[in-house]
Amino acid sequence: MAKSDAVVAGTPPASAGTPQSSGGAGLSARQVQMRSMIQALGMLPVLIILCIAFHYLTDYRFFTGQNISIVAQQAAINTVLAAGMTFVILTGGIDLSVGSILATAAMAALIASLIPGWGMLGVPAGLLTGLFFGLLNGVLIAFLNLPPFIVTLGSLTAVRGIARLMGADTTIFNPDLPFAFIGNASLFGVPWLAIIALLVIIASWFVLRRTVLGMRIYAVGGNPAAARLSGIKVWAILLFVYAVSGLLAGLGGVMSAARLFAANGLQLGQAYELDAIAAVILGGTSFVGGIGSIWGTLIGALIIAVLSNGLILLGVSDIWQFIIKGLVIIGAVTLDRFRLQGSART
Amino acid sequence: MTDGTGEAAPKLEMRNVSKTFPGVKALNNVQLKAWGGEVLSLMGENGAGKSTLMKILSGAYQADPGSEILIDGQPVAITDPIAAKQHGIAIIYQELALAPNLSVAENIYLGQEPNKGGIIDRRGMYEGCRPVLERLGAPFRPDTVVGNLSIAEQQLVEIARALHARSKILVLDEPTTALSSRETERLFALIRQLRADGIALIYISHRMAEIYELSDRVSVLRDGSYVGTLTRDEISAEALVKMMVGRDLSSFYKKEHDPHGSRGPVILEVKGLTDGGKRVKPCSFQLHQGEVLGIAGLVGSGRTELARLIYGADPKAGGEVFVEGRPLHAKTPKDAIDAGVAYLTEDRKKLGLFLDMSCGENINIGVIERDCRTGGILNLLRAAERSEAAFRALRVRAASPLVVVGSLSGGNQQKVLLSRWLETGPKVLILDEPTRGVDIGAKSEIYRIIDELAKRNIGVIVISSEMPEIIGTCDRVLVMREGHIEGEVGGPGGAPITQENIMAHAAGVGMAA
Repeated sequence: MAKSDAVVAGTPPASAGTPQSSGGAGLSARQVQMRSMIQALGMLPVLIILCIAFHYLTDYRFFTGQNISIVAQQAAINTVLAAGMTFVILTGGIDLSVGSILATAAMAALIASLIPGWGMLGVPAGLLTGLFFGLLNGVLIAFLNLPPFIVTLGSLTAVRGIARLMGADTTIFNPDLPFAFIGNASLFGVPWLAIIALLVIIASWFVLRRTVLGMRIYAVGGNPAAARLSGIKVWAILLFVYAVSGLLAGLGGVMSAARLFAANGLQLGQAYELDAIAAVILGGTSFVGGIGSIWGTLIGALIIAVLSNGLILLGVSDIWQFIIKGLVIIGAVTLDRFRLQGSART
Repeated sequence: MTDGTGEAAPKLEMRNVSKTFPGVKALNNVQLKAWGGEVLSLMGENGAGKSTLMKILSGAYQADPGSEILIDGQPVAITDPIAAKQHGIAIIYQELALAPNLSVAENIYLGQEPNKGGIIDRRGMYEGCRPVLERLGAPFRPDTVVGNLSIAEQQLVEIARALHARSKILVLDEPTTALSSRETERLFALIRQLRADGIALIYISHRMAEIYELSDRVSVLRDGSYVGTLTRDEISAEALVKMMVGRDLSSFYKKEHDPHGSRGPVILEVKGLTDGGKRVKPCSFQLHQGEVLGIAGLVGSGRTELARLIYGADPKAGGEVFVEGRPLHAKTPKDAIDAGVAYLTEDRKKLGLFLDMSCGENINIGVIERDCRTGGILNLLRAAERSEAAFRALRVRAASPLVVVGSLSGGNQQKVLLSRWLETGPKVLILDEPTRGVDIGAKSEIYRIIDELAKRNIGVIVISSEMPEIIGTCDRVLVMREGHIEGEVGGPGGAPITQENIMAHAAGVGMAA
């Protein structure tokens, strides 16, 4: 007995662990709950305020069944891209090529849909095209240790070229698209596009929060050196996230092909990567990796869609829409930093 | 314990200095007096408050109201680093604050470049710093790019910068950590020269031998409080350790596991392991079940690098590793973990923890794959059980395992990291500086855990720069020097584990400290 007393004699008083003095002993359970709630809620208040403001500013035209359905459809493709982007940014990376991959996948989907009798092949064709380019990014980043920004900047350009090449720089058109329902039909009044986006979000949440893989993605993003020393195959994680980003860009391509019945390698998906990144950042995901949630990304994508929709309803000119959108993104993130001061990294 | 020299006003006096961080009192009424022309050493365990005190002196932190700083007997306010500089205070940190891409002269003049109408006067700059470089006997020219200099030379640039700014108070924070023994000798000669020039030197170090060699007086801090000051003739290792630790060593370290009787079969064998001679020359040793094996040696002697080779963190160029007689070809850390080898890294923030993740996630990250259900789905129940149990076993002081690990104190962070490795059920556990940056309470608990692990027949390797820690916890000690195992003390029939025996090997025989 005396011996064990001697050993703990140097420990600070027991009160060091109680919630009152959080300094050295960490946060109390209640603080932790509060913080995780705040983080989960994230930008939700901004989204709600925007919706209500637009509702009144547009003489109650915002919250109508038809308009909400339009917003959901507008948000859907960006949500899918942003979900993939969340995986990538959680590892501290970036994927600038999603817009170009989306265009290439849409071209592939339409070209395959023109095969007589086998039109449904367009869907797997689009998905596989996306997955292929995503894996290519991943291999370059994971095995050659190239910086993600540079690799995907390169593929942004190169893949865009491939998209144009596939259609001989023309618009591919298929008025009898067999999977057109994806882009235009609804299930119990909910557009298929929105359903797909929601399913992607739920699947992403499950992978990130309920699987070994997801925990490792957070670990690699938070501290790659420690991850390696903990026995995590960092290369496999990186390969996975870029593959997912590519695959989801491919899905985005199929969705937009289904919506438009057409694809143009030059114009489709231009600057989509920027909206996807904006959604992720609005959602509170840290740019250096390791912190963030997929629900935040969903809210971020909705904010962007609501802004576009609301400004159109208000009849704001295209030019001003750009300026206002940019300012809102900066303002919202500033607010967020202010709110989470001390706990969040950029 | 007196105030030392009989002069009237000390060059620098810090009176009743306190510093409170949210929830923690880092310094509590600390006293410090330094006279010109003497070397005052500042000692204390990690976390005792030395660096906080120096940050207050440098203007990086503001002391609590009621604290006083006097220079030449006059109260001064050090509100920012510029004020500190104006008062003649210069601090040379372990991590040198130089711009490696600029020249020596540019670094010395950094922030006050001589110019003519905004155009830099390079020649004036070179001429201006020549006297001070000559005074220091610097072997480089003012136009040499700093990045091309050795660490010791870069340190010289920092000292030159301090002298050039006419600093009268010079603080050296663990200046010898990255120096060879010859460079250390040269630095000490320089320190004596500066002392003769009347500069007040404050020397921070963990190394007893250096303290003994240099200091006129030693002040000791413990847990943020001022313990006392010893004068030259009062300085002894025993007295200092007792002041730093607050009690005798015998009660601080304890070995309940029987050091030799329980020594089981060989669990880890290393044969000629090398990285090709860069940092680690061929090393061979054996580790027994239930043994605590220390690896001592100066920083840079290849201790960490050897551990990383065993663990597969760095590629090996030759040699073999056997765990329980089976060869281990660790190409990645995962191979080593699968074979039952765990490695607690020296830098827990950079190489160990996921600071933004919860304690529970940090504890479980090594076993989630083992615990998971089909399809890689997390077993959250099992994970919660594990982290609760680990919290109890290691007495982690945090509200719950849901707490983000980055918000804990160093000692609790270390316990979380240790838990991660214990959960993997290692046969061999390598602990690299297990108590660095850990408060004294957690430190003794970590020693208790090491002792318990040995009792549970795990082979433990402790790499440490803190001599009392090595002497207090280990059954046998390998001493490394310049990448190879220079000698061994302790063990059945070996020389006794003492500071002298270890230092003799660490410094190379014939240069006994």
